[in-house]
Amino acid sequence: MRRWLAHLIVLALLAAACGWACASLDMTWNWGIIWEYRQAFWKGWWTTLGLALAALLASSLIGLAAAVMLRSRFAIVEAVARVYVELIRGTPLLVQLLVGWYVVAAALHVGTGYRTAVGVLVLAMFSGAYMAEIFRGGLDAIPKAQVDSARAIGLTRWQAFRLVIFPQAVRIVLPAVAGQLVSLIKDSSLLSVLSIGEFTFAARNVNSATYSTLESYLPLAVGYLALTLPLSALSRWLERRFRYEAA
Amino acid sequence: MNLAIHGLVQRFTDPRSATQTTVLDGLDLVTGTIQALVLIGPSGGGKSTLLRILAGLDVPTAGTVAFDGAPLPRDEEGLIGYRRTVGTVFQAYNLFPHLTAMQNLLLPLVHVHGLSEAEADDRVREPLDRFGLAAHAHKRPAELSGGQKQRVAILRALVVRPQRLFLDEPTSALDPEMTGEVLDMIGELKAAGTQFVLVTHEMGFARRVADEIAFIADGECPALAPPGEFFAVCREPRVVSFLERVHSA
Repeated sequence: MRRWLAHLIVLALLAAACGWACASLDMTWNWGIIWEYRQAFWKGWWTTLGLALAALLASSLIGLAAAVMLRSRFAIVEAVARVYVELIRGTPLLVQLLVGWYVVAAALHVGTGYRTAVGVLVLAMFSGAYMAEIFRGGLDAIPKAQVDSARAIGLTRWQAFRLVIFPQAVRIVLPAVAGQLVSLIKDSSLLSVLSIGEFTFAARNVNSATYSTLESYLPLAVGYLALTLPLSALSRWLERRFRYEAA
Repeated sequence: MNLAIHGLVQRFTDPRSATQTTVLDGLDLVTGTIQALVLIGPSGGGKSTLLRILAGLDVPTAGTVAFDGAPLPRDEEGLIGYRRTVGTVFQAYNLFPHLTAMQNLLLPLVHVHGLSEAEADDRVREPLDRFGLAAHAHKRPAELSGGQKQRVAILRALVVRPQRLFLDEPTSALDPEMTGEVLDMIGELKAAGTQFVLVTHEMGFARRVADEIAFIADGECPALAPPGEFFAVCREPRVVSFLERVHSA
């Protein structure tokens, strides 16, 4: 009760500060022309949602595989995963997208029709490196006694992973995964450099057609918030939901 | 059961420093035909390491172990098969926290022993009642007391109808009252004819429940005897000093 009131007060103060800044800059707004482009924004927003969901699914699989490899007994398998994670996390997504499309995809003679697919794949690889560390942390957090108990009742290694380790790890990592999805949605804005028609690309087009920069980009911020705020709330809820299961 | 152990060695190598630790150092132990064997001895003497080998969880560096003349397998395939014929309960964290007590009991029956959900359900009802756990069947481990958790864990090991149980200090993480309820349950199993090997620090209970007591220290078994004899006449110096310390504590 008090909490949401506090949030509301902070938001009101923020809005007042923005209003004061705009008023002191003596800006003239041109919202009318932006309204005419609403279909472009709308289409871009849905595209971003679809891209992010596809990349989330792919990056979860990539991340889980990399996490299992990071924990491998075989040095070479661990090394492959470690190099992947460090290389991806240490370089900008922008560079990865450009190299992925203009070098790797070009070398493999991938047609222009697959531009979006390649973009999503690079995004998934990027996010997967972060997911790998999240999953590895979750798997490491399962006490060794759980593995012993699973073996003691006669489960095979695969059964122990599937029935005992993985379900517990998922509960541990879910809040962090939801948080990673927030980043992934914002990071998907960089796909615009490959001229993929997502939300940011739509705003850029509107801007170059209307020369109304702030009017083009402010709706962008609102559109991303509409996706990321519910996810942040979900992440916090998951954290509370699974806390009681510990021990 | 007849347990025969000859020249058992267990060494662990630290993967980073490559230093070796010898936990079991040529241990010999041959029991008579008994129902309950209790392992006692100082901490770090090798009791738990020995129990893990007996339960088929670890493979020894050298030596042989045989129950009723049948040697333990050394390959993972054979060991999985062996572990399915026995039950093991550890100090703590036996139960899977994401499953209810009931689901913990059903998991090995359904996924290891191939029972249908209905058959498994039938099999666990009666023992849940008998050990006063029916009211807690649908709670998760976090909602159970330490004693309840250990009793569910023992039950999970029992419902698969194992040839014998291995219990590694099942009460050492519990307060005295809960210790009592778990020991009572083990006492009932003894009366019902269940075979088991138990590691414990509860000397009074060891005396009551054991057919033979094995003293494990420095990776060896310097004394093995029925409880009366063990506590009354054992003159092995390590046993004498251990019992003195336990009794003065």
